[in-house]
Amino acid sequence: MSDHFIDPFIAQLPALQILIPLLAAPLCVILHHRRTAWVLAMIASYCSLAIALLLLQQTSDGTVISYAMGNWAPPWGIEYRIDILSAFVLVIVSMVSSITLPYALRSLEKEVYDNKLYLLYAGWLVVLTGLLGMTITGDAFNVFVFLEISSLASYLIIALNRDRRALTAAFQYLLLGTVGASFILLGIGLLYQMTGTLNMADLAQRLPLVSHASGVRTAFAFLIVGLGIKAAIFPMHSWLAGAYRFAPSAVTVFLAGSATKVSIYLLLRFIYSIYGSELAFEQLHLSSILLPLALLSIVIPSMVAINQKSFKRLLAFSSISQIGYMVLGIAINNQAALSATILHLFNHAIIKAALFMSMGAVFYQISGHRIKSLAGLGHLMPFTFAAFILAGLSLIGVPLTAGFISKWYLVIGALNAGWWPVAALILFSSLLAVAYIWKIVEAAYFKPPLSPNTTGAIKEAPLSMLLPLYLLVTANIYFGLNTQWSVGTASKAAAMLLGGGQ
Amino acid sequence: MQWFYSHFNYVLAVLLLVIGLYTILSSHNLFKKLLGLSIFQVSISLFYISVGKVSGGTAPILIGDSTQGEVLYSNPLPHVLILTAIVVGVATLSLGLALLVRIHNAYGTIEEDEVSAKDRNQ
Amino acid sequence: MTSLWLNAVLLIFLFIISISILRTRKLFSAIMLTSLFSLLCAAVFVGLDAVDVAFTEAAVGAGISTVLMLGALALIGSNAEDRSHTSTHRKAFAMCVSLFTGAVLLYGTIDMPRFGDHRAPAHQHVAPRYINTSPQEIGLPNMVTSVLASYRGYDTMGETLVVFTAGIAVFGLLGNVLKRQREKDVLPDVGEHDGEIVLGIFAKLMVAPIILFALYVQFHGDFGPGGGFQAGVIFAAALVLYALVFSVESLMLAVPLRAIRILMAAGITLYAGTGITTMLLGGQFLDYNLLAHNPVHGQHYGVFIVELGVGISVGAVMLSLFYSFMNYRPQQRRPGK
Repeated sequence: MSDHFIDPFIAQLPALQILIPLLAAPLCVILHHRRTAWVLAMIASYCSLAIALLLLQQTSDGTVISYAMGNWAPPWGIEYRIDILSAFVLVIVSMVSSITLPYALRSLEKEVYDNKLYLLYAGWLVVLTGLLGMTITGDAFNVFVFLEISSLASYLIIALNRDRRALTAAFQYLLLGTVGASFILLGIGLLYQMTGTLNMADLAQRLPLVSHASGVRTAFAFLIVGLGIKAAIFPMHSWLAGAYRFAPSAVTVFLAGSATKVSIYLLLRFIYSIYGSELAFEQLHLSSILLPLALLSIVIPSMVAINQKSFKRLLAFSSISQIGYMVLGIAINNQAALSATILHLFNHAIIKAALFMSMGAVFYQISGHRIKSLAGLGHLMPFTFAAFILAGLSLIGVPLTAGFISKWYLVIGALNAGWWPVAALILFSSLLAVAYIWKIVEAAYFKPPLSPNTTGAIKEAPLSMLLPLYLLVTANIYFGLNTQWSVGTASKAAAMLLGGGQ
Repeated sequence: MQWFYSHFNYVLAVLLLVIGLYTILSSHNLFKKLLGLSIFQVSISLFYISVGKVSGGTAPILIGDSTQGEVLYSNPLPHVLILTAIVVGVATLSLGLALLVRIHNAYGTIEEDEVSAKDRNQ
Repeated sequence: MTSLWLNAVLLIFLFIISISILRTRKLFSAIMLTSLFSLLCAAVFVGLDAVDVAFTEAAVGAGISTVLMLGALALIGSNAEDRSHTSTHRKAFAMCVSLFTGAVLLYGTIDMPRFGDHRAPAHQHVAPRYINTSPQEIGLPNMVTSVLASYRGYDTMGETLVVFTAGIAVFGLLGNVLKRQREKDVLPDVGEHDGEIVLGIFAKLMVAPIILFALYVQFHGDFGPGGGFQAGVIFAAALVLYALVFSVESLMLAVPLRAIRILMAAGITLYAGTGITTMLLGGQFLDYNLLAHNPVHGQHYGVFIVELGVGISVGAVMLSLFYSFMNYRPQQRRPGK
């Protein structure tokens, strides 16, 4: 059949996953045109999504794809290693990018100077390349290189907002992010020194032989802290609120849906695939370190969110709290809880993207970030706020939404481990989420408008912004009802990790 | 003491790391923070290169003549990694400096506390 | 033995300089000290047999970084000072965190193999192939180049992308130079003054040899320390020298911004393009063996082209960074949104 033509193409998919966005970026710069850059970004993004879906399809039966760069066998060369977990994250990242770009077209026009837009799209593509590269690689140092690629480009796309506070937010992110990446580099160096290799699968084989060495423990500490900074785990989260708040809205949607997920993915990779759950949890007592951090991470940012005056900042703190759930799943360390973490990588992406998109649409109309300015808008922008409410319900974890499924599995995991207080806390935190979501809903529907909308200036958001938003909201409900794909993939991935997977 | 001599390089890398990190955390001046970041990154490079050194070895470039017999070379792999890290470091520095210049233009100052004060008053 | 003592002395100097950087108030002095710090670091790297790294640290750390920092300082105000008055308890917090981090790392060194031990795990398993086999497989004496451009060539492609990203990022942040009016330079136009004729002639004489040296470093990187990164930086340095002595405008007539933008993109495209070529030839991405009938020749071609891509990208980006800083005109913007 046509296998003869398709097979070589299929075999090169891992390389193409990165190459397409990578080459699109310089092309955007050369062509130097706003709309063309957007079209290129869209094409590259959708191609990446297609490739990621193909890779997921190939790995869902447990196959592990290995691709040797330069045809040098690992560990002498760099290997791309894709299993069901990596493929899942690849799909999440490329999906968020693909769904946000149509939204970004109108949204960015209001927030970024026209002559910089082509550079923003180029930066966007580089962030996409970096995130995909971090996920797909099987080489520890390669992770660092692509981490810095995505980070540097993120600083750019955050800073391109007209609001001058984006500059300081980007700078703070640059400082903390580079320290985090350097810690990761240090951890990798220590691991190399103890084992003589950089390849992840190889490290997994060699680490048990030297597990008693102080260098291995220190490496672990640096890796966890470094990745924790990038994932914005409390107390290393300080960069996220500023970065998400002051970045252009579409950029916030993109980063909120993808960047921290990849950092959590890397945590999973390092903890389970490289160190192995026995070394990490039994010898190095990871649970006792992660559990308090996770719990604080869930509760404190939620409480801070309730006090926020800016709706964008409120959602940013909500994100930090949701990351806490993912870390909690790791701390509980059983099949159900870990499935919840992996599932929430996907669910949170669709929830948060929808929430930030709806608020971005509001900003598009009113150019303000204060919750007070939302007064009465629920009636003027009915579709936007309806979407917000639905996504908000998903965030809280109301049954029939995607968010409920993640929390369900997390609670089951906690109960299976016998940790009743933790399960109770998860339910309590949902109440906190109700509080901050209600704050916005109350302002939008139950407060009288600030000034009568006589000129009709404030109307519903444009279609190009509403359609992606509703696609996400529909996804939230769909994946709350039909969990076969999402939960199925997450469970298989969790089982693989717990089984000493690669 | 013996341990100190045999690990001198590592101890000094640690000291530089501490100073770099301290500069980043304690200074309010954004430029100083960037300089601290540079020192911090260099300390990590030093650490890696010290790992790669082989006593009695030479630079990992093949010595042409075979009369030398068995030649010991230092490990080229950490060198490659640090080359990448140095380039990443200068990329970060240049981005940081560009942001710094823009912040100065927008706020009139590069002291962190003064910038926060201006934002609060706004 | 002497080299170990020298190593120790240099490291102690590094430590002293880093404390000075921390304590100096005048930013100009801090920059100069940082430059000295990088240079001494390069010397330490030579002592540790890392000659390629030393070369890069000297060119990039002591060279380009200093130029960029001074460029930024000129835009902030050359007399700028660090005016921070940090509260004691913030200092204490910073000290605690830093010391704790240092202590953790120090704890990690306890079980480390003795410094320089050739039987350490770091030198077994993966490294011996690079040392013993790369001269046959790749045919290049410089093992660092072999690893950088071939075995781990994919990382280097990522690195080239990082450089490209820095170039577009700084360009994006510091403005679109073409649209700005040509005003007088921030730096005095040295070439025009009578008394500076010697400087002008000397600079003109130096530019060509430096460029030649850059090309030498580029192509000789297979045989000695060198390669694309160092060459790109040195090439840019020659042009920067010209711009500093004469004017940035005159350099921009010779090397316009549009050309630089295309070259920045061209470098990374060349690198990735080599990989795509090998894929089209039926192999894996960046499998140089396919580029010629003889695999070793293929490796040579691959390394050559790829290093060229790196050199072009780095040179263009360094120059673009210089242009961005030199041509930035602070704008009167309304504060806030």
